[in-house]
Amino acid sequence: MRLPAELRFSRRSVLKVGAGLTFAIAAGACGVRVPGEPGSDQATESAIGAWVRVSTDGSIVIYNPAAEMGQGSMTALPVIVAEEMDADWSRVRVEFSPIEPEVYGWIPWGNTNSMLTVASHTVRGYFPKLRIAGAQIRKVLLDSVADLWNVPVGELTTEPSTVVHSASGRRISYGEIAEFAKVPAQMPSVDESQLKSPARFRIIGHAVPRNDIPAKVDGSAEFAIDVQVPGMLYGMITRSPVHNGQPLSYNESEVRAMDGIVATVGLEHGIGIIAESVEAAFKARTALSVEWAKGTQAEDFDSDVSLVEYAGIPGSGQVEAKPIVQKGNVSAAFSVAARRYESDFLADHVYHAQMEPLNAVVSVSAAGDSAEAWVGTQATARAKSAIAQTLGIDFNRVDFHPCYLGGGFGRRANIDYVVEATHLSNAVRRPVKLIWSREDDLQYGQYRPMNLQRLRAAVDSNGNITAWEHCVVGDGGGLLTSGIKIPFYDFPSQNIESCSVSNGIRLRHWRSVGHGFNKFAVEAFIDEIASDLGADPYQFRRTLLLNSPRALNVLDAVAILADWESKTPEGHAKGIAFAEQGGSLAAGVAEISVDELSGKIRVHRFWCAVDGGIIVQPDNSEAQVEGGVVMGLSSALFERISLTNGLVQQSNFHDYRIMRMSETPEITVAFVKSEEQPSGLGEIGVPITAGAVASAFAALTGSRLRHLPFTADRVRASMLG
Amino acid sequence: MPIAFRVNGELVSTDVAPETPLVWVLREHLKLSGTKISCGTGVCGACTVHLDGDAVRSCVLPVAAVADKTVTTIEGLSADGSHPLQVAWVAEQVPQCGYCQSGQIMQAATLLSSNDAPTRDDIVQHMDGNLCRCGTYSRIIRAIERASKEGEQ
Repeated sequence: MRLPAELRFSRRSVLKVGAGLTFAIAAGACGVRVPGEPGSDQATESAIGAWVRVSTDGSIVIYNPAAEMGQGSMTALPVIVAEEMDADWSRVRVEFSPIEPEVYGWIPWGNTNSMLTVASHTVRGYFPKLRIAGAQIRKVLLDSVADLWNVPVGELTTEPSTVVHSASGRRISYGEIAEFAKVPAQMPSVDESQLKSPARFRIIGHAVPRNDIPAKVDGSAEFAIDVQVPGMLYGMITRSPVHNGQPLSYNESEVRAMDGIVATVGLEHGIGIIAESVEAAFKARTALSVEWAKGTQAEDFDSDVSLVEYAGIPGSGQVEAKPIVQKGNVSAAFSVAARRYESDFLADHVYHAQMEPLNAVVSVSAAGDSAEAWVGTQATARAKSAIAQTLGIDFNRVDFHPCYLGGGFGRRANIDYVVEATHLSNAVRRPVKLIWSREDDLQYGQYRPMNLQRLRAAVDSNGNITAWEHCVVGDGGGLLTSGIKIPFYDFPSQNIESCSVSNGIRLRHWRSVGHGFNKFAVEAFIDEIASDLGADPYQFRRTLLLNSPRALNVLDAVAILADWESKTPEGHAKGIAFAEQGGSLAAGVAEISVDELSGKIRVHRFWCAVDGGIIVQPDNSEAQVEGGVVMGLSSALFERISLTNGLVQQSNFHDYRIMRMSETPEITVAFVKSEEQPSGLGEIGVPITAGAVASAFAALTGSRLRHLPFTADRVRASMLG
Repeated sequence: MPIAFRVNGELVSTDVAPETPLVWVLREHLKLSGTKISCGTGVCGACTVHLDGDAVRSCVLPVAAVADKTVTTIEGLSADGSHPLQVAWVAEQVPQCGYCQSGQIMQAATLLSSNDAPTRDDIVQHMDGNLCRCGTYSRIIRAIERASKEGEQ
């Protein structure tokens, strides 16, 4: 399909400037093909896209295909390319890639390329591909110089952005090479053995400042909510107070007559207001009165009541259990067990609370046959596709500008707000900035699902766990089961299953997904068993992990880091937990105290040791793990969404508490040395937190905390027995 | 009746309704989008600006309240990102998503203007109303300590 000129290269303006070499990576494979010059027909081939451009002035542009939501992709991915191509990092500029999944995507599941920034997958998903690409580019540069100087390519080496011929002392910069070199039709092949050995890394594993940070300290970083385009209107939506409810009627004429109101728009789940100014939109929304249809599934939902009812589900036959792991003979092991354990663990709904409320700017053309969008999203390709589908136009008719995300944490992997903004803009065929208030964002959120987990274990007369049963009950399907498997605890018989119910509440991935509550339950339960057997919680885990050297390594590392054997100050205690997620392994130690009167838990210190494979950006990786620990502790101590009669009971940060500076412990993060492929670091800090705090609480008080979050009420109730 | 005030040294005037929160006037009318909106109720600190030198939450401050006064936003803290706090923020690689950081820096600036050698407790007490979901708190503390130390030299 031929695209109209104005859409064709909107994100590739860099290619039009000056001479130079543009390296493109073909879809699927790691081969590199020559793109046509901008404007030529060849360049419209969808399977080709630029990744790297070396300009004659020596500047280098590298595209980032991932969302930047604070996790550092804008630096980490280009670093990988730059390392293998031996680029001078100080000359590298990074831009978001166009949203073309066939070219810039990775394959998360199945065999379809996707541009999704989720599941701690960005670095590990792109690492092999980008290394090969960088090495191929370096090879082209070397070959070009070998031809020019008529020397064997084997005599040439590279220094940052420079090819060197030591024998003759000649040197030539990448910028100079770009003046004469041609990108071959067939890029040279590079196999893994030709990549740099990690010991020779100059950029990977070294302190590289994040390139998005300067703009984030002077206010110039552009988030979608900051975008303004000519003729832009402001949109707000009143959504059903009961999730997924539908509007019946509203005071349309009254609202439309208000100053500055351009239109009102009936949507499936709410009423949209479009106004000339943001303040007019807010004001009209206050005046808007909507009657909602009855009969919505969630209208009688009471989360606390349902959670109690969940306890009757495991083993009752009310709900068919879906097996996740079935191994060995669990009932036989229980029948001959020396000791048997059973505990229920509970978790409330949790909200993302990303600091930038959801928003999007969408501009549908007057004819309705194309659109432009500015969005902060973890699912760029899905968002672009959703705009196209909503309008019934081709994917390529959407000019999509990814913006920085003011936090994602999984919430921005859904694109409901992008579809909403498209509907609003389409209603007026003008640019509309849709803004969710904080209350909108919280109350029409998509929560980490509440759940009940029943754990049972059988222990033989030698103190070995011989059978393990874990049943998770709740709504949310796969959201509930992530992290429920215990790949590093090799109990001989296991029965792990889930029981699904449906409440009609909107649910979503939340940083670390099910690992947050599943690893809490697993670790807290192991802690209970260790305690009953009179074993030290660290030593007990050591015996469980003896056959897993990498796991044992992080466990031992955190014990050293936290000086596990040392005495804690009076009134303090330490607890420990282990978890794996996204290919990474981690162990954490929390040191806490409890104010017995108020029931407040104070976490003073948190140590964690992480095996994340090769660490591409050490400082940023530390920040990621630290951020995960803070978010994990915050959810373990404070965060709770509850619903009564289908209505969310919290509305803003005053009653949905997230961790503050004064509540944040001193956090120490250590990475164990590894030459394994990089693994995920965005989430691994989360699942080690709640278990470690619960373990410390038990060590301190002898009581058990089994319901997330550990609110002051629950802490007091636990201590009263 | 237009409301006139000074922003980052410039005299501006607006004819929006007087109850309009300052944050929207700054962001949408004056295109100073470095000041962020997050809670809209004055409880998270993302919208913090200076009003005659004091840190205020611009999301709950009616624009009428700043008439004839002086407002400073992150864009006006320094001309080129060279305020000691901004330099320290980069040195400590504080921001992750970055959305709360304008407010954090503006809040911190009023600490340093009244206390050039704050203790860790001073810092925590002064900054405790500014939320950061990415969990950059420890780096914020380090950056403020760095800025105050470098201010001594």
